[in-house]
Amino acid sequence: MRMQGKFEKIFERPRTLRSTATHYCPGCGHGIVARLLAEVIDEFKIREKTVGVAPVGCSVLLYNYLDIDMYEAAHGRAPAVATGCKRVNPESIVFTYQGDGDFVSIGIAESIHAAARGEKITTIFINNAIYGMTGGQMAPTTLIGQKTTTSPRGRTSEEAGFPIRMSELLATIDGAAYIARVSVSNPKNVIQAKKAIKKAFETQINGLGYSMVEVLSHCPTDWHMTPLESTKWVEGHMMPYYPLNEFKAPKRRN
Amino acid sequence: MMKKSFMTGNEAIAEAAVQADCRHFFGYPITPQNEIPEYMSRRLPEVGGVYLQAESEIAAINMLFGAAGAGARVMTSSSSPGISLMQEGISYMVGAQLPCVIVNIMRGGPGLGGIQPSQSDYFQATKGGGHGDYHLLVLAPHTVQEAVTLTMEAFDLADKYRNPVMVLGDGYIGQMMEPVEFGRKTRQSTHPLKSWALTGAKGRPPNLVKSLYLNPKELEEHNLEINKKIQDMIKNEVRVETLLIDDAEIIIAAYGTVARIAKTAIKVLRERGLKIGMVRPITLFPFPYETFAKISKRAQKVLVVEMSLGQMVEDVMLGLSGQGCVRFYGRTGGMVPSYDEIINETEKFITEGKA
Repeated sequence: MRMQGKFEKIFERPRTLRSTATHYCPGCGHGIVARLLAEVIDEFKIREKTVGVAPVGCSVLLYNYLDIDMYEAAHGRAPAVATGCKRVNPESIVFTYQGDGDFVSIGIAESIHAAARGEKITTIFINNAIYGMTGGQMAPTTLIGQKTTTSPRGRTSEEAGFPIRMSELLATIDGAAYIARVSVSNPKNVIQAKKAIKKAFETQINGLGYSMVEVLSHCPTDWHMTPLESTKWVEGHMMPYYPLNEFKAPKRRN
Repeated sequence: MMKKSFMTGNEAIAEAAVQADCRHFFGYPITPQNEIPEYMSRRLPEVGGVYLQAESEIAAINMLFGAAGAGARVMTSSSSPGISLMQEGISYMVGAQLPCVIVNIMRGGPGLGGIQPSQSDYFQATKGGGHGDYHLLVLAPHTVQEAVTLTMEAFDLADKYRNPVMVLGDGYIGQMMEPVEFGRKTRQSTHPLKSWALTGAKGRPPNLVKSLYLNPKELEEHNLEINKKIQDMIKNEVRVETLLIDDAEIIIAAYGTVARIAKTAIKVLRERGLKIGMVRPITLFPFPYETFAKISKRAQKVLVVEMSLGQMVEDVMLGLSGQGCVRFYGRTGGMVPSYDEIINETEKFITEGKA
């Protein structure tokens, strides 16, 4: 029985998460992932040796929310920046935090080659099928039929080709040790997402190669939906094309 | 006596970097500088360093961004088209105040151009190159030995100013072999403490390496801070060689490989009794405007010779500020002016002056 006026603390802000308001729109998935990252960094007790890379896009201001050393990188170049950092200080835990435009469009060469080199870094890839920061333009992961400000009649494969499934693509690469697609569309999925992020960091800590977690996330503002509608849209529209899965994981030792 | 080695300029630049404690190199193959990454791929692992072949010049310069941000002495090398690809990353490094050394062994452009020596990246190197308000410190060697000395100094200067430094050579400087000496007497290496480096926020508040300032007032302040360093470079780092300028009536202005050729031309012309001297900028930024301002009071004529269609000539004219008479002679596309051509141009300049 608890004593009066004394309560056990069972939930608190992670040490790595700063006590500050974010620039994310109400209902955005980014904030959830930032918190998961902070929790994972705390749980591994690696805050003092973790270095993050936040490139251009909605990702870029992550350094305002995490209490760790961070780079801001040019659009698409986070895996190259992370490579430079990790090769200088192999004891650092280095991660990139990239959106779909960054990771899959302008930076796809850096993404694939970091994986091919088996670079011992971790990528958190936020796939919300749209360019958020610039105001809702078509992304390389925009679904067929999806309306954006640059696909106003809906994306067609004739005009704009097909959305890229990055997890499946990277899973074919030998240097990639851990590849998973998760979502933050409901509490159960958030718990799964955290597990995947944890495994990805664990893969790096154990020096096993490149690790990447693709997070299907919702963008109520640029999708012109309520937050609840947007989480439903992730489940109803994104998941059929981008199935949640652990595509590749290091074999358990024992 | 220091032991002399016989090396190509490219190999000598690579070894100089190693001796200046550069332990990380990221690059992408391009002619005529391939001996630099090849040398580094052999040499760096011997001294506990890292050579990494990037997937592109764009990736290479961003690996430099990461490595420099982590506190390392780091270098890349490329040639003209590859350097163009790096410009965005170079601008970011200036914005984030990261030190690095970039070697450009110039070839002919524009576009894919050719693979023969050129000096046509002068504007790009000295006037910024990428977007934004900035300059690189640009060092232009004219011998292999000087390439060694300047490469070593480039690392100290990069650290001193927290700004990228470019060693600007051409295909000749990179490919020709000359005897060189390495040794500590050619450098005063300084390794400032990099308290800003991203090594993990242990026992200190987190560090941040960035160039984004959404508030224009903050960006202006940031740019003024960068400009303050540029003003300090202008004040402290101008290097120039002058040759026989005291009695000279005509001055030849040239840098890099062309300056070597001009030296031969000057020797011949002096033997013919003509009063010819030379000004050779060693730092192309900061440019030795003062030297030209001084000579304009005495020598009335300046012949600028370049392996381009006229780039440094604009800075010479700025230095002369409307004084004297400037003539330009240049070859382009990988063609190199011979000393005969320089002699002819000088003699024409004299005759036309008398007419």
